[in-house]
Amino acid sequence: MSTSILQDNKEKFAELQRIIDEYKDKEGPLMLILHKAQELFGCLPVEVQEYIAESLDIPLTDIYGVATFYSQFTLQPKGKYTIGVCMGTACYVKGAQAVLDELSKEIGIKPGETSEDFVFTLEATRCLGACGLAPVIMINDDVYGRLVPSDIKGIVDKYRGR
Amino acid sequence: MEMVKLTIDGIQVEVPKGTTVLEAARAANIQIPTLCYLKGVNEIGACRMCLVEVKGARNLQASCVYPAADGMEVKTNTVSVRKARRVNLELILSNHDRKCLTCVRSENCELQALSKQLGVDDIRYDGERIDYAVDDFSTSIVRDPNKCILCRRCVATCRDVQGIGAIGATERGFRSIVEPAFDKSISDVNCINCGQCIEACPVGALREKDDTDRVWEALSNPDLHVVVQTAPAVRVALGEEFGMPIGTRVTGKMVAALRRLGFDRVFDTDFAADLTIMEEGTELLNRLQSGGKLPLITSCSPGWIKYCEHNYPEFLDNLSTCKSPHEMMGAVVKSYYAEKNNMDPANIFVVSIMPCTAKKFEAARPELSSTGHPDVDVVLTTRELARMIKQAGIDFIKLNDEDFDPTLGDSTGAAVIFGTTGGVMEAALRTVYEIVTGKTLENLEIHAVRGMDGVKEVEVPLGDVTIKAAVAHGTANAKALLEKVKSGEKEYHFIEVMGCPGGCVTGGGQPIVPAQVQMEIDVHKARAAAIYDEDRALPVRKSHENESVKKVYAEYLGEPNSHKAHELLHTHYTPRKRY
Ligand code: SF4
Ligand code: SF4
Ligand code: SF4
Ligand code: FES
Ligand code: FES
Repeated sequence: MSTSILQDNKEKFAELQRIIDEYKDKEGPLMLILHKAQELFGCLPVEVQEYIAESLDIPLTDIYGVATFYSQFTLQPKGKYTIGVCMGTACYVKGAQAVLDELSKEIGIKPGETSEDFVFTLEATRCLGACGLAPVIMINDDVYGRLVPSDIKGIVDKYRGR
Repeated sequence: MEMVKLTIDGIQVEVPKGTTVLEAARAANIQIPTLCYLKGVNEIGACRMCLVEVKGARNLQASCVYPAADGMEVKTNTVSVRKARRVNLELILSNHDRKCLTCVRSENCELQALSKQLGVDDIRYDGERIDYAVDDFSTSIVRDPNKCILCRRCVATCRDVQGIGAIGATERGFRSIVEPAFDKSISDVNCINCGQCIEACPVGALREKDDTDRVWEALSNPDLHVVVQTAPAVRVALGEEFGMPIGTRVTGKMVAALRRLGFDRVFDTDFAADLTIMEEGTELLNRLQSGGKLPLITSCSPGWIKYCEHNYPEFLDNLSTCKSPHEMMGAVVKSYYAEKNNMDPANIFVVSIMPCTAKKFEAARPELSSTGHPDVDVVLTTRELARMIKQAGIDFIKLNDEDFDPTLGDSTGAAVIFGTTGGVMEAALRTVYEIVTGKTLENLEIHAVRGMDGVKEVEVPLGDVTIKAAVAHGTANAKALLEKVKSGEKEYHFIEVMGCPGGCVTGGGQPIVPAQVQMEIDVHKARAAAIYDEDRALPVRKSHENESVKKVYAEYLGEPNSHKAHELLHTHYTPRKRY
């Protein structure tokens, strides 16, 4: 287990242990514990899952299986808004890379990362099925098409203040 | 026992209450097809290949989980049953990577066999597939999710039989897959390389890392002196790969085949098993006398060793420092044998034929290279050896028996029983008893440590002390035993652990027996019986009476646990992460 996250989050892990102690003898404890753990940490990273596995003396795959089966669980911390930048062929040809670069610059994170204030997560995605609008990005459920890099600041600002 | 009477396809059968319809049908000589079912291990009713009609029930029922009841009327071969089974099979096949021609499991594949049995001549659906990368980073286990049919037999084996859970069912729906947590390679998790999941898999989704090419290459290199050794359990299973019944002894044919393949010397790991008894027996007596760390725990099984390193670092000092027998042999070949024959160990290539996939990982451990070269260069499983014999066009069944080469090929009955659970303990007790008491053991066979009970115990009076010993096989049983030792509930002097259930005869590198055959034949019992026959047939049955072992001590090693013996025959262990 990586010690850094354990040390940085000593209190949270102490709380996690309290949760495990409270639920471990109840019926179907794993779902309950995973829910509470996700509330506590915002997601279920490997260190948290390993901690739970060890405390309950069950295989890590039991926990990972449940965490990946139910869509309400997430393994990585995500921002309030996930920005998906389509890198499919049509979008790529129409300048998706420049749009992505501009987003990176504007928010200050690389694709796959989440901003420190947990507002944005930036992702490069496969074809979003809106090739006619290329290049396309999605912010949660909102679609923006026919973009040029100079559009980006205005769009991002709309979500910043919300 | 309470019995129930039912009719299956019009045939009356009487079976004990609690029997499933699938098993009851066997009593009427009816074989219902199965795919996800693995007796006693995986009975989850998932694949729906075993559907039958039960009078009064609304839908077709999965017979592998349906209990037989009094007065029940079952039909296993109706139009609707045949049709439903076939549709289910076609759906499984629709997104299967159907490349039988290049698949290791072709001709021993339950999916392929079913397809033939059910008369599938066309696959009407073409399912979408995810193209998965093959995970071949492990020294021992190769995972090919493209061939996986999600039956979960491996998951149940790893999780419940072995108590590990290195692989599990993850994601859902179309994305469902059997894999280690966090999308890691199986080489990066707590997998102990035991290969029991391979034995459980009905198809080619799990297989051993094939190292036959490396051996072919060495055999064709004129500068290399290529030495081979065979583990005890191989000789009672290899014949199965050539269609012989389970439990056939083929020691002499195996040796003949190895000579024909071109190995320069054919030695017997059994020699090194006798050597192990001398070293480990001495270690036990030393620890008893000097108040050393007890219980002493055996170290022959590399699956068990890795399990201990991951899960019980606090017991690493209890492990015997003895290398496993084939590693001892490798070290002796590259030192004693090399010096005696004026050879540079750099030009000696040692191949071990093992019933075991974990020994591939073991051979790659950097600490196991006493002469500055790996003690063992390549480990092949029983299955890979059979593959080489077939590739060479050798008509195995017709071969005449041949003997191992002298000295390092000489062994005893005590060594051959290393191949089954309880064997190391029995062999050790035969020797330790005689050395300590100076008396001759009247009855050599210690039945208390034989058989398939998960944990076996025995007490042997040795003069003024009574040795308390225990035997566990399969890592879930080992865990149960160690927990009792840890809590102080049990105390022992000596513990034998083998990582695989049943020990090496049912190791992860042995011929794969289809689930349907396992319903009829107790594979462990048949192979273990052959091992004990082999023991009884040998003129010498105690390790300390092996004249060749005595000779190697006299000429080279000195005495057991000597400085030289420590250099060549002993090792140390590494704590590892739990997951
Ligand atoms: S797993 Fe079986 S059916 Fe699939 S390709 Fe291999 S032999 Fe053929
Ligand atoms: S080799 Fe053994 S430990 Fe590894 S996944 Fe297979 S059954 Fe589990
Ligand atoms: S790997 Fe083999 S045993 Fe495991 S679920 Fe897939 S098909 Fe079944
Ligand atoms: S390529 Fe971007 S939406 Fe299809
Ligand atoms: S459902 Fe019975 S064998 Fe799979």
